[in-house]
Amino acid sequence: MTLTEAHATTVRPEPEASARTGAEAVPAAALPAPLLRISGVSLEYRTPARVVRAAHRIDLDVYRADRFVLLGPSGCGKSTLLKAVAGFILPVEGTITLDGLAVRGPGPDRIVVFQEFDQLPPWKTVLQNVAFPLRASGLLGRREASERARHYIDKVGLTPFADSYPHQLSGGMKQRVAIARALAMQPRVLLMDEPFAALDALTRRKMQEELLALWEEVRFTLLFVTHSIEEALVIGNRVALLSPHPGRVRSEVNSHAFDLTSLGSRDFQAAAQRLHERLFEPESGSAS
Amino acid sequence: MTLPFAVDDRVVPPIRPEYDRSLLPLVAAPLARALPLSTRVWQQGWLRKGLILAILAAAWEALARFQDNDLLLPSFTATLSALAEGLADGELVERVRISLAVLAQGYLIGAVLAFGLTTLAVSTQIGRDLLSTLTAMFNPLPAIALLPLALLWFGLGNGSLVFVLVHAVLWPLALNTFAGFQGVPDTLRMAGRNYGLSGLGYVWQILIPAALPAILSGLKIGWAFAWRTLIAAELVFGAASGKGGLGWYIYQNRNELYTDRVFAGLLLVILIGLVIENLVFATLERVTVRRWGVVR
Repeated sequence: MTLTEAHATTVRPEPEASARTGAEAVPAAALPAPLLRISGVSLEYRTPARVVRAAHRIDLDVYRADRFVLLGPSGCGKSTLLKAVAGFILPVEGTITLDGLAVRGPGPDRIVVFQEFDQLPPWKTVLQNVAFPLRASGLLGRREASERARHYIDKVGLTPFADSYPHQLSGGMKQRVAIARALAMQPRVLLMDEPFAALDALTRRKMQEELLALWEEVRFTLLFVTHSIEEALVIGNRVALLSPHPGRVRSEVNSHAFDLTSLGSRDFQAAAQRLHERLFEPESGSAS
Repeated sequence: MTLPFAVDDRVVPPIRPEYDRSLLPLVAAPLARALPLSTRVWQQGWLRKGLILAILAAAWEALARFQDNDLLLPSFTATLSALAEGLADGELVERVRISLAVLAQGYLIGAVLAFGLTTLAVSTQIGRDLLSTLTAMFNPLPAIALLPLALLWFGLGNGSLVFVLVHAVLWPLALNTFAGFQGVPDTLRMAGRNYGLSGLGYVWQILIPAALPAILSGLKIGWAFAWRTLIAAELVFGAASGKGGLGWYIYQNRNELYTDRVFAGLLLVILIGLVIENLVFATLERVTVRRWGVVR
């Protein structure tokens, strides 16, 4: 697979690459309506002394069953953008729409998996944790919530630990609970903010594998933030590259041809190298 | 490279052969073994605390016998017999019941007010300012100093006692609860809002359980303040319509120079404190914060 040049506005998968996954390259006019549309979104955060622009006029379209990755160095506003999609931060300009409806605040249709392990309430067991949002959002009754929770706990392989408390679990297991909890909600978009960054390298590899297997099975729509090029290429089918200070979209590339088995392959290395060059080239050459 | 100790920046570590061996399951040694009995016995908290109490009682007994003056310092055994006597004829039981009934009223009203105030404080800026100003003003004010005023307002009776008890419980509990709310990690807050929780549901389902260690310590401090305030208040103005609590019992017997009964009353104050601390609060902690692993 080859990647088009940096200044190209749209990048399509090459035929031989799409043959692997069964996805056909679609001309722009024939694309379905995007599930999540981020158009002209600028984000700012306030310090006591001044207002800092974290992201500037971001345009991104995420389609159903996409595994869309936001990749960039720290300070490119990728986490801020994810929080804006989740509804925790309101954009100062532009709109974020989900299914054509504007995002106005946090809600159970966009569940976030955070990087921090303290996202699980420590006073609830694994089962209660997964069932909690189902009950809190009024989606299901007690019994149905518990049933669905068990189903997704089983999917992430934590059935033996259903009655354990979070402090009794390892970091990887806590993230599995967070993923099960998010999937159980069957959100329109699953938002993941560097969910594996706090894990050790071996656990991280295993979690990436499991996440891809889960996607094969459930086909959720994923928006995934990372600062690792390898992780972006492995997890995503499409990677948006953000440049820092303020965050702007530098380019979008396709990565649906790669999975964990292609880590060492020459195509993979070349793709990683290209992303690396775009991330680290001097600021002056990266204006878009 | 030839000399192993040569100071040479071109030294490279030797290349050693690789190896790979398949490991058989380990059966030679047990994977876990039990601790010795003495260690396990010593791990029982009640045993260690009981030992401390026994030593203190023995020291008291020894000192009293050395003094040999029942009017100043009755012995531990004399105090125990006075206590047993008081409990047997039902007088002490009645006194304790009166004290605890008043205490429960004041404590509950204080706790409810504290939760109301802190809920207001987490949701609005003006509520925060109100809480911090009020606690800064009233927390340092000893509850017992308000008693003359309370007597003026509510007269001799339970009303005044409940008033000073509420004052004793409200401020430390509100302060602790609010500190606990502020310590709730951001990620947990966002997770809660992510589920669509807001308002009271958010406070009850996220903030209160997450702040429970601080709330429990506030409840403990409030309990201690309330108990000591109640006994002191009863000592000051004692009985209403002939029905005094434990503090009045102590005061009365001091006037009549029954020092052993005074000590029995004091001992009972201490015992009730120990029971509440070690049974009520310890159980509450065991089934909540310790079980959840948020405190050690």
